[in-house]
Amino acid sequence: MKVQELNVRLFSVLFRGRSGGSDSPKRGKPVEVSLRRDQAVWLLAAAALTLTAHLPKFPAWVTMFCATLLIWRGWLLWHGKAAPPRWVLPPLVLGVAACIRLDLGQFFGKTPGLIFLATLLCLKLLETRNMRDIRVVVLLCFFLQFGLFFNNQSLPAAATALVALLATLGSQVALADSSSNSRERLKLGAILLAQGMPFMLVLFVLFPRAIPPLWGVPADTAAISGLSDSMSPGTISEMILSDDLAFIVEFDGSRPAPADRYWRGPVLNRFDGRTWRMAAHLPEDRPAYTPSGRRFDYRIMLEPHQQHWLPALDYPAGSVEEVYFTRDFQVLTRQPVGNRMQFAFSSFPDTAVGLNETPSMLNLSLLLPAHGNPRARALAAELKAKTPQQTVSQILGWFLEGHFTYTLQPPTLKEDSIDLFLFETRSGFCEHFAGSFVFLARAADVPARVVTGYQGGRINPITKSISVRQSDAHAWAEVWYAGHGWVRVDPTALVAPMRIDYGLEGALEGKLPFMLRPEYSWLRQLRDGWEAAAMQWNRHIIAYDGRRQHDLLKALGLNDVSPSTAFGAASIAIALLMAAFYGLAQFRRNDDRFDPLDHAWVRFSARLIPFGLARMSNEGPIDYARRLAAARPADASALTLICTQYARLRYRSPPLRTEINALARTIDTLKLH
Amino acid sequence: MAISRIERLVATASEIILGKEYEWRLALSCLIARGHLLIEDVPGTGKTTLSHTLARLLGLQYQRIQFTSDLLPADILGVSVFERESSTFQFRPGPVFAQVILADEINRATPKAQSALLEAMEERQVTSDGQTLPLPDPFFVIATQNPSYQIGTFPLPESQLDRFLLRIRLGYPDRAAERALLQGEDRRTLLEGIEPVMSPAELMELQDTARTLIISERLVDYAQALLAATRQSPEFAAGLSPRAGLGLLAAARAWALIEGRDHVLPEDVQRVFPYIAGHRLRLASDGRMPGPDDLVHLLKSVAVI
Repeated sequence: MKVQELNVRLFSVLFRGRSGGSDSPKRGKPVEVSLRRDQAVWLLAAAALTLTAHLPKFPAWVTMFCATLLIWRGWLLWHGKAAPPRWVLPPLVLGVAACIRLDLGQFFGKTPGLIFLATLLCLKLLETRNMRDIRVVVLLCFFLQFGLFFNNQSLPAAATALVALLATLGSQVALADSSSNSRERLKLGAILLAQGMPFMLVLFVLFPRAIPPLWGVPADTAAISGLSDSMSPGTISEMILSDDLAFIVEFDGSRPAPADRYWRGPVLNRFDGRTWRMAAHLPEDRPAYTPSGRRFDYRIMLEPHQQHWLPALDYPAGSVEEVYFTRDFQVLTRQPVGNRMQFAFSSFPDTAVGLNETPSMLNLSLLLPAHGNPRARALAAELKAKTPQQTVSQILGWFLEGHFTYTLQPPTLKEDSIDLFLFETRSGFCEHFAGSFVFLARAADVPARVVTGYQGGRINPITKSISVRQSDAHAWAEVWYAGHGWVRVDPTALVAPMRIDYGLEGALEGKLPFMLRPEYSWLRQLRDGWEAAAMQWNRHIIAYDGRRQHDLLKALGLNDVSPSTAFGAASIAIALLMAAFYGLAQFRRNDDRFDPLDHAWVRFSARLIPFGLARMSNEGPIDYARRLAAARPADASALTLICTQYARLRYRSPPLRTEINALARTIDTLKLH
Repeated sequence: MAISRIERLVATASEIILGKEYEWRLALSCLIARGHLLIEDVPGTGKTTLSHTLARLLGLQYQRIQFTSDLLPADILGVSVFERESSTFQFRPGPVFAQVILADEINRATPKAQSALLEAMEERQVTSDGQTLPLPDPFFVIATQNPSYQIGTFPLPESQLDRFLLRIRLGYPDRAAERALLQGEDRRTLLEGIEPVMSPAELMELQDTARTLIISERLVDYAQALLAATRQSPEFAAGLSPRAGLGLLAAARAWALIEGRDHVLPEDVQRVFPYIAGHRLRLASDGRMPGPDDLVHLLKSVAVI
């Protein structure tokens, strides 16, 4: 069947309710249709694939419920049994609605809505009796595939949606043309999909866009990932176990050495004896320092972490909209980062910062709780030297000689955690080292503070960009010297220098999280490739927003860029595309080169080449049949049948498309003994 | 109905004309296509038996005209004789007024006598003294011709040969057929006892049916490709005429009808082509008429599309 014809039939399957005469010709109560097994399998597979794409976002009970309904329906269809009685459905619907309300705490919103639709799809399948129901199922599948992007616009989501879409189109073909086989259905589905692609592209590029994107607005619950604005023992070591991407950095030009890749995050000034917290600051439009010295330009693609801080190399400058700087050199956004965000910074690592620090800031950086950790305070008094620099090197020297162990599984610390760590357990992680160092420095009257962020990152060999993961999270310290300003001090680097030079792998041999183990390097390579693809996807597809569209239309020469011009351009492009498709269809209709009967006949001859029985160019079908039958008596009847059918179709009246399809199928499924 | 009759016709004929089924089918095709047949062979290979059998099985009137060098047109067409009683000239129809005519050794007669017959064949009527008399229908001429190297013959010119739809050779029977022939009953007495399988009316019905057989676009393409090949091939002095093309399709239709189909296949064209083209072409090298081998070679060079 030609694609054009089938399109018409698909349309009728979807909207008019005619499918090979299996639906009721009269108005009124629609006649029940019985799906053939293969059609049912296609329909159920389409629904199942559509739902699978949603599963990661759905609670487990929804998965169980949907799977049960689908299996039930599949069993009924397979055994040719009727749909369950109608009274079953209302209690199920009400039950599902109640469960959604109970489980999610709300009924209106993105996720509850999608869950409800997903369960409704399964219930609709369960009650499917006539063509109208089937149409609803197919349309629901389409809608749910679209709904997938409310929650997730990543490359895998798009890929799964595409697979589900293909299956749904295939099931439509199955419903429209029950005689087709699976390969044809898939092929035709793919053709339909390909035909839709140009339209999709036009709409993607030209259709007026909301700023910010539609899916970004109503977040249900923002799960915070990555560094937060506080640090207590265990905060970072938990994060280290996560392999999630934090951000990707692309440098324009040179990159700093691995040991200099300190990605500054939240700066923690306030300590209550256990937890370090961020101090409040007045937002400032410009950084409190004058950038100078070496310069690195880079772009960061930040994964959403639902917080305000932006990672940056020391010390950032540059204008990013909606961003402000703080007195302790953090970069913050006004809104929490709820969507993947892209921004460009320049960093000047040699800048001297805080030369003229305010007394209030210095006071803040000396603040300690009134009580607690007496042994640490005593040690600080002991280590205190004439100058702050000497004091700091005394403290660091003490750390170096103290036989500290760098470990991911430090013992739990309760009261007086600094004392316990410094004098009892002596094994900890960067947060312990940084925290206790700052405590000692402050106790010895040296202004100091904890800086959290990320250290290092892995260079993706494909894109040459640096991927920074949650496992790269780190904590270090800054101290203030009069005349020098703020200086970075990383006690972890003393205890476990490998951590800084070679990353976590170097510091924790044999005790690494799964993905970091050297024997899984191939897995990392795979991940590099995947991240490279995802990066391109994010940059070109997801990041294409209203602003970029505006720029593009301007570049195309549309001076007055308004939603209505974009809409007009989209309409014209669609009209042109449709005209092009129509022209192509007309052209192909008049073109003998695409004769499917010829194709089938050539394929038939090609299938016999291995037996040395290719058709001779001057051989008519009946002569060929005789030769084949003589050469292969075992297949004689099948081969002769094909030849005579071809002869009849080719040389009798103009053949019907279905007849040609039937012959092509016979040829393609021919089994030779 | 028509098909089973044709099958019976073929089956019965094969009892009499031993081992010559292909030639028999060609002859029958020629008759169904309303053409005329030229048989070229040495004497004694069954030409007469073939024509006689044909007439007999179809219940047709049969006349044999032996062509000799002194044969006059009037001997073929008939002559007007003065009737004393009515004082008028009365036309006495000649042997040509029969449904099946065996024009034996047509190349022995003078061109004048030959053309008298050939004109009658073409016109399907005889004009004598301003009077036009239609020939019977169906009207089928089987002319035989001894190979032209024999002394004292007037070979038919090309323009006359074109009037015969097919030219066949009977040739010697194969060993088994000849043995059966030698051991069996006399063909002529065998023929006596045979009843017609078909009436002339039914034959005419068949002739009409043959004209309605489906010839698809693709088949016309193929026939045209064959015609073009004869014209383009350096082997032949001149290609086939459009009339030959019409004859090719007519004969192919008749062949397809005998095969029991309602549409024509390339095979049908291929089966009749050598016998359509053989007497209409001349080899460029020596001016001879091409033999079956030359034509099969041509057929092989043209692809079935």
